[in-house]
Parts: sequence; C-alpha cells; structure tokens
Amino acid sequence: MLLSFTIIIGAAMAQETEKSLPKLPSVTVKNLDGKVINTSELSNNGKPMIVSFWALWCKPCINELTTIADVYDEWVEETGVKLIAVSIDDSRSSSKVGPTVNGKGWEYEVLLDANGDFKRAMNVNMIPHTFLINGKGEIVWQHTSFSEGSELQLIEMVRKLNAGQSLEQH
Amino acid sequence: MQSKECKPKKITALNLKSFIPVLVLVISFTSLSVRAQDFLAGGKVTGNFQLDAQVYKADSAIGAEEVEEKMLMNAFANLLYSNGNFNAGLRFETYLNPMLGFDPRYEGSGVPYWFGSWKNDQFDITVGNFYEQFGSGMVLRSYEERNLGYDNALKGARIKFSPTAGVTLKGLIGTQRFFWDQGPGIVRGLDGEIALNDLLDKAGKCKTRVTVGGSFVSKYQALEEIIVNDTSLLKLPANVAAWSARFNLSRGGFTLDGEFASKMNDPSNMNKFIYKNGHSLLLQASYSQKGFGVIASAKRTDNMSFKSNRNERGSVLDINYLPALTRQHTYSLAAMYPYATQANGEMALQGQVNYKIKKGSLLGGKYGTDIALNYARITSIENELPEGTETIVSGTEGYESSFLTFGDELYFQDFNIEIQHKFGSKFKLLVSYLNLNYNIAVIEGHPEDSIPVKASIFIADMTYKFDQKNALKVELQHLGTKQDEGDWLHFLAEYTIAPKWFFTVSDQYNYGNPDKDRRYHYPTVAAGYTAGSSRISLSYGKQREGILCVGGVCRPVPASNGFAVTITSSF
Repeated sequence: MLLSFTIIIGAAMAQETEKSLPKLPSVTVKNLDGKVINTSELSNNGKPMIVSFWALWCKPCINELTTIADVYDEWVEETGVKLIAVSIDDSRSSSKVGPTVNGKGWEYEVLLDANGDFKRAMNVNMIPHTFLINGKGEIVWQHTSFSEGSELQLIEMVRKLNAGQSLEQH
Repeated sequence: MQSKECKPKKITALNLKSFIPVLVLVISFTSLSVRAQDFLAGGKVTGNFQLDAQVYKADSAIGAEEVEEKMLMNAFANLLYSNGNFNAGLRFETYLNPMLGFDPRYEGSGVPYWFGSWKNDQFDITVGNFYEQFGSGMVLRSYEERNLGYDNALKGARIKFSPTAGVTLKGLIGTQRFFWDQGPGIVRGLDGEIALNDLLDKAGKCKTRVTVGGSFVSKYQALEEIIVNDTSLLKLPANVAAWSARFNLSRGGFTLDGEFASKMNDPSNMNKFIYKNGHSLLLQASYSQKGFGVIASAKRTDNMSFKSNRNERGSVLDINYLPALTRQHTYSLAAMYPYATQANGEMALQGQVNYKIKKGSLLGGKYGTDIALNYARITSIENELPEGTETIVSGTEGYESSFLTFGDELYFQDFNIEIQHKFGSKFKLLVSYLNLNYNIAVIEGHPEDSIPVKASIFIADMTYKFDQKNALKVELQHLGTKQDEGDWLHFLAEYTIAPKWFFTVSDQYNYGNPDKDRRYHYPTVAAGYTAGSSRISLSYGKQREGILCVGGVCRPVPASNGFAVTITSSF
C-alpha cells in the first residue's frame, strides 16, 4: 500500500508542471437546516468565495468573523465575494452555532463540519484557517490565524483575483 | 505497527504470502503505466505538517518534573492524494519522545493512518483507517484531536450508499486505534438517515424540514469469565449491541432535534461490571432571527460508557461520544475548571441567549452591542440501590434509576454573561462574568470528601488599533475562590502586526493560594510569524494546562516549563 502510494505521489508530483490548482474536495457537511451539502458543489456563480474554518470556542475566529461582518455588505457589493463560515464545533456545541450566528447578525452561509471531515480534507491544523476559492472552485490562496487588520489582506487578495493578478505573497 | 516488538524475520512461505498483495499492486501499477499516466494526469497532492517541541526545565515548585531527554517532540504530516473520484491519504506521526501531557504509549514513529477511497454519485467506499460519526455520536463516533493526543480511528472498511436523493445509508466494520496498535474489539455499525423533504418534496414547497435517522452498533470482544468478590463467576458477553433513533425538525427560525440511544448489558471496568442496560437522551430546541438567538437543551445519560475493550479505563477505545452540555470557555481562567461528561450517569440542562442591541440605538452605538447569556446545570441521576446493599455490586443490575428525576448531587453549574462593544473604529471591549460550581471530587476524581469549588471569574479584553496593521490587545482576568488553589490573576498583552507578526507577554499569579509558599507566578513570553498557511511560534515560560489562544490561534496544551516551538504548514 505504502509503496503504491509513493508511486502515485511521485507520478503526481511529476505532473506539477501543468500548475493546475487543487479543487474543493468532495465531502459532506450540513447546513443550519440539517440539509446535507456536498462541499465540491459549493459555488458563488463564478465569483470568488472565502471559506473560513472556525469554532465557537475559538476567540480569534469569532474576532475575524465579527470584524468582517462590519464590512461584509461593502465587500459583497464591491467584489461579489461570498463568505462560507465552516464551524468545526462537534455535537457538543454544533446546535448552538445557528442561534449564535443569528444572534450576532452574521450574514454568512454557515456549514457544520461536526466530525471534521471537511477540515481534514482541506488539511486544516489550526483555526482560524481561511481559504480563497476562485470562480472555478479552485483553492488559490490560504491563510491561518487572525489579527486586527488581517481582513484587509484578505479583501486585497479577492480584488487581485478579480483583476486577474498574481496572488503570490512575499 | 508494533514498532517495539518488530524483529527481523526469516523469509518463510508465510511471510512471502503477506508480500503477495503488495507485489500484485506494484506489478499492476507497472503494467498499467500507460493507463496510469492518464489516470494520474489530473491528480493533486495536498497535505499539512505540524511540529511541537519543547526543551524542559525542571521546576519542583509548579510540579514540572525533570525530563531525562531534556527535549521532547511530537510531529505529524498528512498527505492526501485526490484524482477525480479516487482519494488516498496517509499520516506519518513521530513522538520522540511524547511531550508531557501525552500518553507515553505514543512513543515511536510510524504511519498509523492510511486509506484509499472511491466514490460516485451513489457509492462511497473507504478501506483503511477512517473517521465516522452516527447522528450526534452517542452510539458511534471515531475522531481525532491531534493536539490532545486523542485518536480512536477505525481500521477496516466503510461503505456509504445513497440510493436516491435524501437517503444516506452507511455500513462499517473495524477495530479501533490503540496508540500504535489496535484494540481487541471489533466494531460493526449501520446507520440510515432520511431527509424527508429531499425524498418527497423535490420542488421544495414545504417550509418545514424533517430529517429522521437510526443507528445500530455491535461490538464483539471474545467471551471472558472473571471472578468478582472472591466468589461469583461472571460471564462477560462477547457481543454487545447498541442502537439509537434521532430526528431533526426545522421551520423558519425554529429547530427541534433529539436522539435516544440505548445499549444492552455491557459489564465493564467502567461500570463496575454491572449488567444493567444503558441509555442516553438528548433534546434540543432553538429559535433565532437576525439579532436574536435562543437555545435550550436537556440530556440524560445512564451507564453509557461503550468501549471496544471492556477492561480499559480512561479516554481510549471509546466507541461512542457523549457530548457535554456546557459552554467551552476560551479565556484561560474561565477554562480552568472545565466539565467532562460523566458516562456512568448525569442529568444536564443548558440554555443560551444571544442578542445584538441594534446599531444606532442608545446602547448599541455605531456598531451595535453583542450580549450572550449561558446557563448550564448538571447533576447526578437518581440512584436507588437494592435493599440490603450499600454500594454497587458487580454481577448484578447494580441500581435502579427513575428516568426523569434529578439526582441530589450537583456535578457542575455555570452561569456566564458576555458583553462585547466596539467604541468607534479603534477601540473594542469585551467584558464577561462567570459563576461556577465545580464538583472536583466527581470530575477530577479527588477524594470523596473534597469540597466543591465555587468560583467567580471576571474578564476584560480590550483591543486598540493604532492603524490598519498595528494593534494592542490587553486581557485582565480574575478568578476568586476559597477552594482548591484559591484566587488567580491573569494579565496578557499582545501586540500584532497584521497579517504576519505577533508578540505576547503574559503572567498568571496564584496570589490567593491557601499555602503561602505556593503563590507562584506563571510568566510567559511568545512571538510568532505567519506566512500564508505556514506559521512558526516560539515561547518561553511556565504554562498551566488548558486551552491556549496565542497570536490568533487556539489549541489545548498541557502544563509545561521551558522553551517551546510550534511549526505548522498546509499546502
């Protein structure tokens, strides 16, 4: 098994020259109504999406989403971006996610990843971990952690993506 | 993966046999190389990596013991390969040696996790190691908390089948991870879930959404006979069945969900080898609209510990997961006395209200004010021993308990309120108060006559933005209690330069310890750098155990003293 895996990876690495980007993986999560959603089908009609992993116990995550909430209307109007907030709270707190999100007045699309399947498929170690997805469903940029002002870098990346510029960061 | 006992073996006919599947795989890949080229063309490899290392300093004062190795390290890397409908992955883990707070049985390196999976619209087949949860997890949940060293992954096979939209069926079989080995029990599980709207109302006319589901789980562990109380011979059942039924209803802002789980007699080391059936009931109702959310939950648990080794104690080889109905606190003093579910029996209630005072109102100001109230209360179950007995007797039904009666013993109570307000674009403030009642004898297993801890906690968290990138955050926390280690003060200042740098100094001071010689300080300095999804952070100082949130990320950490480094990266 390990050997064959090495062969696969080796061969896949050799294909890297094509420089195609990884797509959103296909796992199932639930929305706040209990509806099953396949993550590979998440879309924003060809416009960019922000996928942000968070949890109720993660203060910096709440800070990030609260900060963005204040400017979210402007972001949507300017860039057409949509933010999908993926809660990794398990069954201990996942039912509190809906009332908390509404109580805070957030207007994001919220998904529940109660057993971490989406988190694992996206290689998330620590939260907050935020991904930028282009109109084709490809992951073009990611960032972990949040501090005051990080949201400006995020929207800058969205603007660059819309303008077709490189997202390389130095 | 028995890394310790692995000795060089002579190649015998038997050994050759075990090589055959590998050979077949290799040959098939080689011979299909032309096809493989096409197959691999769209393949993607992604992964992540994390390393934690610490150089330890002995400090008898805070109980940080001398570490012979001086330095300990945990690290892991995940690799995922995906190509269309095919996925494969593995995780390499190394613990040289396991850091303090992790189970020493993790010592060593290896690949304890690998899988291959294939899926189409209807089928999803996985072989190898996998994680799964049925419903809320009360009869089956395998999951990982890498930073806590918890991993009860199943190893075997799983099939998910969706015959039509709205119907999901799952079947699985496997053994559970036990450090570098597998537990002795085999877990078999079936689960079905039907989203009635997706099945019957494809046009989406009905505003009420209904989902129902059910699970059946059976554990096999070879029959065992033990002698208890020097006289009675107990036959411990080889097969133990558990089942559950659940529903979820939502309409507009209302939701109502519940699950009932039951387990057949399962005498184990956890329940003192009694033959009573176990059960658990969870009910939750919530309502929310923009700016307002409320939820109420109730749970009863009776004799629901379910492990794939009946002789184990502690948090290993759990087949099920019993969610604790309490708020998970993040501020360090608030997280000092966290509740842990009592699988042998508990009655729990929880309520929470979130409210946002509107922008532009007198109390709301320009940005609005967020208020959250939360209350949780957990007691024992009512517990009646048979006549003539004073304690639970192994080999019997143990006790009787009426379903709806709360027991007399308070395990945990938490009332907390949190208010958050932004004063203009530069300054924001969060204040919080908690009142805790923590039964230290039950939750931490202290002597039975230990006095429960009653604590009041105040928190103020202020952030000032100098400009678009530079900000200073200051946290002040106070915990007041007459029990346990007495009063604590916590101070933290963190300077951040977004989006890359952070610098933190903090101190915790146990100024009210009843023993004057134990009034210690726990000072720490830390700094970190983030570039995209890679991050390195360094810290030096003494650390109490708990959830640590530093420089924009949170994770649980054990107690330690010395110099620590964490490196994490995703690609």
